[in-house]
Amino acid sequence: MSDANTISDGVTDTYRDKKRYFWLLSPVWVLAPVFSVYLAYITGIGSFVWFTFVFWYFMIPVIDWMLGSDPNNPPPEAIERLEKEKYYRYLTYITVPLHYLVLIVGAWAVASMGLGWFDYLGLALSVGIINGLAINTGHEIGHKKPKFERNLSKICLAVTGYGHFHTEHNKGHHKDVATPEDPASARMGESIYRFAMREIPGAFARAWNTEKQRLGRKGESTWSTNNEFLQPLVITVVFYAALIAFFGPIVVPYLLMSMAGGYWFLTSANYIEHYGLLRQKEADGGRYERCKPHHSWNSNHLFSNLILFHLQRHSDHHAWPTRRYQSLRNFDDAPTLPSGYPGMYALSLIPPLWEAVMNPRVLDAYDGDVLLANIDPAKRDKIVQRYAL
Amino acid sequence: MTHQYECPACGYIYDEEVGEPDEGFSPGTQWAAIPEEWFCPDCAVRDKADFSPVEDPRRSAGGE
Repeated sequence: MSDANTISDGVTDTYRDKKRYFWLLSPVWVLAPVFSVYLAYITGIGSFVWFTFVFWYFMIPVIDWMLGSDPNNPPPEAIERLEKEKYYRYLTYITVPLHYLVLIVGAWAVASMGLGWFDYLGLALSVGIINGLAINTGHEIGHKKPKFERNLSKICLAVTGYGHFHTEHNKGHHKDVATPEDPASARMGESIYRFAMREIPGAFARAWNTEKQRLGRKGESTWSTNNEFLQPLVITVVFYAALIAFFGPIVVPYLLMSMAGGYWFLTSANYIEHYGLLRQKEADGGRYERCKPHHSWNSNHLFSNLILFHLQRHSDHHAWPTRRYQSLRNFDDAPTLPSGYPGMYALSLIPPLWEAVMNPRVLDAYDGDVLLANIDPAKRDKIVQRYAL
Repeated sequence: MTHQYECPACGYIYDEEVGEPDEGFSPGTQWAAIPEEWFCPDCAVRDKADFSPVEDPRRSAGGE
């Protein structure tokens, strides 16, 4: 691919993507549990299997702080070329089998390395992080228009038993984002633990209903083989049954914990991505305003973006969901997270700290008018009293 | 005479001739028969009311 292309309106596109090869970090990071199992195996030090978990929650926040933000955008004339370049999408495709590999290597390790309960736990939690990244990979691929990519997304999500995300995220969450109707948009004053109780069952129920309605319009049974809720579920059940049959019942707690880890990873992402943000009703009172960049929290933190296929450029993603990761842009006026997702995930685990950091930022997003925020009804009086102008 | 309608956010085109069989709208389904609350199946940012008629419907629908 040449660096200079003259495009139709005569503007010369000389943009060189400095991150081009750094995006390899996304698939390489997925393999972290494989490297750590290998290290534990050759050194005999089982605790190496904790690496992925410790690196995600404790080390990446520090790296993000040290390397800081990268607010640079590709110039508009380069976007079309970037979007079309196959290299970028191939990186997401090769990541899909790596997610399966990680779950298999982890199962092998717990079945044959004789890990103590503590290291068993560390490996399950570590693979749980990567299972969460399977949802991230499936998310990136699943938003695209070609059918091949949508099917690949379902296969990827099946690794952690979250295939229904494909339906609920694309047809539910994106439609209702930053409104009280969306179970995957967190409300101001809602702790992540209460949010999880609303978000996880909400995603299942809404995905099922969306598929039921769609198949109904097609004149097909809800239990049709075209049911996109059931298709990935079948893959999950068959794959997990095969792992248990091959490695024995010792892998069952590992599989359950790493699956729960994948769920929690997504819950954490959903929690921080729209916390407190609200699309206002239009003047006629009926419809919500269309989704704009300021309805999602953005983060330009360089390192965590490179291992997350740019997921943290979330403001652009929600306003233009079919845009590919390599061309997602920063918006200077988008509400901004103080750290990348790993740091924010850690912070969200301690609700009083989370609120101390984030509630003032929600207020800033609305110039101090708390009544414009998406507030948890159960905490509404308390929050309005505390923050009202 | 067939009509096409375009999503202003992502460029998805609903073509009456093609319909959107995955969504349960068989070929020939008129725009008027699409439910008002129907959202763009590609981006879900815009709904039916935001779609605009395509001026020159000869170009092909869908694609990337």
